[in-house]
Amino acid sequence: MLGHHGAHAPHSPGRRLFLRRSSEIAFAAAVAVSSGGALISATEAWGLEVKGLQPETMKTLILMSRDIYPHDRLADRYYAIAAKPFDEKAAADPAQKDMFEKGVAALNALAGPGGYVGTGWEADRVALLHKISDQPMFEAVRSTLVVSLYNQQEIWPIFGYEGESFSKGGYIHRGFDDLDWL
Amino acid sequence: MAAKFDLNDDNVVVIIGSGAGGGTLGNELAQKGVNVVILEAGKRYTIEDFINDEWASFAQLAWTDARTTSGTWRVAKNFPNLPAWIVKAVGGTTTHWAGASLRFQPHEFKALTTYGKVEGANLHDWPLTLEEMEPFYARAEDKMGVTRTNGLPGLPGNNNFKVFKAGADKLGYKECNTGHMAINSVPRDNRNSCQQTGFCFQGCKWGAKWSTLYTEIPKGETTGHMEVRPESRVLRVEHDDSGKVNAVVYVDKDGARQRQKARIVCVAGNSIESPRLLLNSASSKYPDGLGNSSGQVGRNYMRHVTGSVYGVFEKPVHMYRGTTMAGIIRDEARNDPGRGFVGGYEFETLSLGIPFMAAFLDPGAWGRSFTSAMDDYPNMAGMWIVGEDMPQESNRVTLSPTVKDKFGLPVADVHFDDHPNDVAMRSHAYGQGQKLYDAVGAVRTLPTPPYPSTHNLGTNRMSEKASDGVVNKWGQSHDIRNLFVSDGSQFTTGGAENPTLTIVALAIRQAEYIAAQMNARAI
Repeated sequence: MLGHHGAHAPHSPGRRLFLRRSSEIAFAAAVAVSSGGALISATEAWGLEVKGLQPETMKTLILMSRDIYPHDRLADRYYAIAAKPFDEKAAADPAQKDMFEKGVAALNALAGPGGYVGTGWEADRVALLHKISDQPMFEAVRSTLVVSLYNQQEIWPIFGYEGESFSKGGYIHRGFDDLDWL
Repeated sequence: MAAKFDLNDDNVVVIIGSGAGGGTLGNELAQKGVNVVILEAGKRYTIEDFINDEWASFAQLAWTDARTTSGTWRVAKNFPNLPAWIVKAVGGTTTHWAGASLRFQPHEFKALTTYGKVEGANLHDWPLTLEEMEPFYARAEDKMGVTRTNGLPGLPGNNNFKVFKAGADKLGYKECNTGHMAINSVPRDNRNSCQQTGFCFQGCKWGAKWSTLYTEIPKGETTGHMEVRPESRVLRVEHDDSGKVNAVVYVDKDGARQRQKARIVCVAGNSIESPRLLLNSASSKYPDGLGNSSGQVGRNYMRHVTGSVYGVFEKPVHMYRGTTMAGIIRDEARNDPGRGFVGGYEFETLSLGIPFMAAFLDPGAWGRSFTSAMDDYPNMAGMWIVGEDMPQESNRVTLSPTVKDKFGLPVADVHFDDHPNDVAMRSHAYGQGQKLYDAVGAVRTLPTPPYPSTHNLGTNRMSEKASDGVVNKWGQSHDIRNLFVSDGSQFTTGGAENPTLTIVALAIRQAEYIAAQMNARAI
């Protein structure tokens, strides 16, 4: 579980909702595996218990998620939430677990020393992803992410999308025709 | 109040489906005192149940029962089990539709005569004309409260429309306005006017958009001549020794198998389920399925030439605010073979929220080219292309040889290949759409592939001759005189217009015919 329910999460994640990711290289160091097997982000103040996958596998899948749908304005925590279904599927189904573990192991082998997470530049990691983009694991990750990332209501304001509007009376008095730059 | 009819009442008209065709036909017959049972596969929701959330609403309303796809259309690759984006609920796809209500153009009822023979296309003229349809179009527009008809004002233009209209003006298009929409621009028929909420596709929580769910169906029930049975999944239509249909077998909401006797059966389950049902109703007398002596049941599946163009601008648009389909350009709807294709197309504004934009902008895409477009979401304007596609015999709904539903019946396979005319039209439309946004300063334009089909047409087509099609000009089976088709699968050709108004007009007209035939004891 993500956020303040996690044993090691020092702060509620809410106040960091709009946290911008600090740097490209930060991920490998910023997300650590705790002695209890959870993923901990000290810079963003969240923790994620991992149930079905190896914590290092989950860490790789979170970075892979960012590299598939890179949005620099989104903090890692949103990718961690988006990646949770992979861990849940692995916990529920040994075949899924096998697919993710073997898929990530293959990706790390392709990456060489340091593995995928240790590959510093996004462009180099994306080149690795292109090599596995016809594998079932890649498509399983991408097709899940396109919902599990973009269907998070918390990220909609970051994209300038206002979501539900009926309870506010629609937009008839709230700017449905406020465009003035034409 | 709503009627309750006995399963053994063999004097009822049984209608399968409660959308634009079935819901309208049911009410029209009930108003004439004809007893009607509507069997609807989906649940009955209320306006309060609708959800302003794309995926949650999709889970609530969409028809997601198993289907398969084949052919070269991209939907088969990206959405292999979702050929169509239509609804399983009382009210059918009238809960989800955007509301555009356009009459066919005169030449579109005469496709073969107008376009001539087109290689690979199975074109025919409709067995009826615009002149015959006009009084029924007028009644449909009045029933549905279509804007810009009967003195009703147009809807106000939202931000997405403002960009669209500015581009239309720059390109010299003359026929651009906020459309003929079955959305109340003023309170009418005990329904609210549009509050510019967006989420037209997710069910209108104001009831401003016409849907049979809260117009035709309750009105029909009030007569005491109509019963709607939700969550009733029809398995087959049965017939007597003479070949006339006489009963409908279905699974009710409790999972029990039922058999409703019928004097007349009207099939209105959309262009995928309607032919599937006729094919699944094959018997020793009708080994190829009901009404299928022509072999045309399931063939000539049409889905309109569609696609979208999104434009990214330097400043915000907020296209999702207000009516989803907020404007139209009709200049390209004419038939002008000089453009390199026959038939025409409309441009209509469209918007998606972030969740659906991610799923549909470029299905399967990933990486920065895709995500940089998503990052520009607030500065996007959007439009949809809807044009006439060529009917092809090989584009068809068939019974899957391998996949069965939970009742053991083969599911529908939907096969589709674009005709070269379709490809030429889409290419022209992408070009014009991109030019339009470029003309108002777009920094990037995104030609977006067709979504799963919302306009499903033609699989039980009307024809003059019994050998060319499935039903006659009244939607009546050429083979079985008390079997009718009452949805968009009747369409001989697709026209360039959103089909709902024509489906409703045909249902009103069909009700007159059925009632007259019943009075004359002809059926």
